[in-house]
Amino acid sequence: MWKDLLLEHRSKETLNALFFFALLLLFVFQFTLGPDRERLAGALPGLLWLGFILSGLLGLGRAFVVERENDCWEALLLAPGDKSAIYVGKLAGNLLLMFIVEAMLLVLFGVFFNLDLVPALPALVVVIGLGTVGFAAIGTLFAAMTTQVRARELLFPVLLLPVQVPVLLATVQATEAVLLGEPLGAVAHWLKLLAAADVVYVAVGVLTFDFVLEG
Amino acid sequence: MRVLGAVTVVALAAGLVAGLGLAPPEVTQGNVQRIMYLHVPSVWVAYVAFAVVFVASIAYLAKRADAADRLAHASAEVGVVFTGVTIATGSIWGKPTWGTWWTWDARLTSVSILFVMYLGYLLLRGMIDDRERGARYAAVLGIVAAFNIPLVHFSVIWWRTLHQPPSLMTPGPAMPRVIITALLVNFVAFSLLYVYFVAKRVHLLRCEAEAAA
Repeated sequence: MWKDLLLEHRSKETLNALFFFALLLLFVFQFTLGPDRERLAGALPGLLWLGFILSGLLGLGRAFVVERENDCWEALLLAPGDKSAIYVGKLAGNLLLMFIVEAMLLVLFGVFFNLDLVPALPALVVVIGLGTVGFAAIGTLFAAMTTQVRARELLFPVLLLPVQVPVLLATVQATEAVLLGEPLGAVAHWLKLLAAADVVYVAVGVLTFDFVLEG
Repeated sequence: MRVLGAVTVVALAAGLVAGLGLAPPEVTQGNVQRIMYLHVPSVWVAYVAFAVVFVASIAYLAKRADAADRLAHASAEVGVVFTGVTIATGSIWGKPTWGTWWTWDARLTSVSILFVMYLGYLLLRGMIDDRERGARYAAVLGIVAAFNIPLVHFSVIWWRTLHQPPSLMTPGPAMPRVIITALLVNFVAFSLLYVYFVAKRVHLLRCEAEAAA
């Protein structure tokens, strides 16, 4: 748990940069797709998740790099007790970080693309929450693995993105339906898939993290 | 090893004869359909290979036997090759039959995701200099990837069922016996080929490890 608080405190620098990055992403979306509101609205669920994933990749990728830069990696390895506690702590920290960034992105999308997201918000929170847990669960595991590897900035997304295809498909489909005002029941199968993915990913993460942190 | 190689060659030759010679051309698709004798056994081998990666990965993490790691490595390589063959033959078949090289059909999509997932696996192996750590990380990834296969499968099917149902598993008119036999011969031949490739590759990896030691 102490890890969590530490990360909180530290991630302020990450958070600032990520906020700026999110803002820039919106600019990029706007410039590449043009000002046509119809087209933007049609692509909105995809754009939203592109934003989440790109900022997530940056944010999660840094999760363990900080440890290495501060020579805390050895301390992590030597930490007594169950290594899975470290995983859970890191995952919680990453989730918090991603939720904050996602909230900021939602607000920015609402403002820049002149959308009224409020009616869909409760359902949207469920979908985004489920999707983010799955993304962060594997992301945290892979971030730990790639920290000690050559070309890690490259390898991290290359490993993570293919594995995240189910989460991506499910969340984008569900987000689209929710934004169109459909009830959550209409996308129940996607939510079930997401929940299953979350359970599997977190379980695999907890079980295998021991082996990642061995050396 | 020699014997296995020889048997594999004979089986592959038999598969060719059965597929190209004995089996009649399919009624609606004609000779194009014969690519199935390559396509279906390859995807079978690919799935078997990734299952072996999964089991060997668990075995490695449990026992730390280098042999298990080499088996996982070799099997992943062969699996990726056969996934590639599956996609390539599928494309070649798709062009005359569907009129396009590629479409985001459920099966195409899930196989191509498998392909990139295990390409990433091989990439990770190549990027880690420390052999022991590479083996460990690869094993973790091998396990994650295997658990992901059913998730990929269902998500892709749901994503696409709105447009078209998966065409392969739905029961259709029974295939004539000759075609089934030809297909079975090729199944056996490809399975032998898989075992041969993996055995060869494991042997090579062991030699490399010994040379490095």
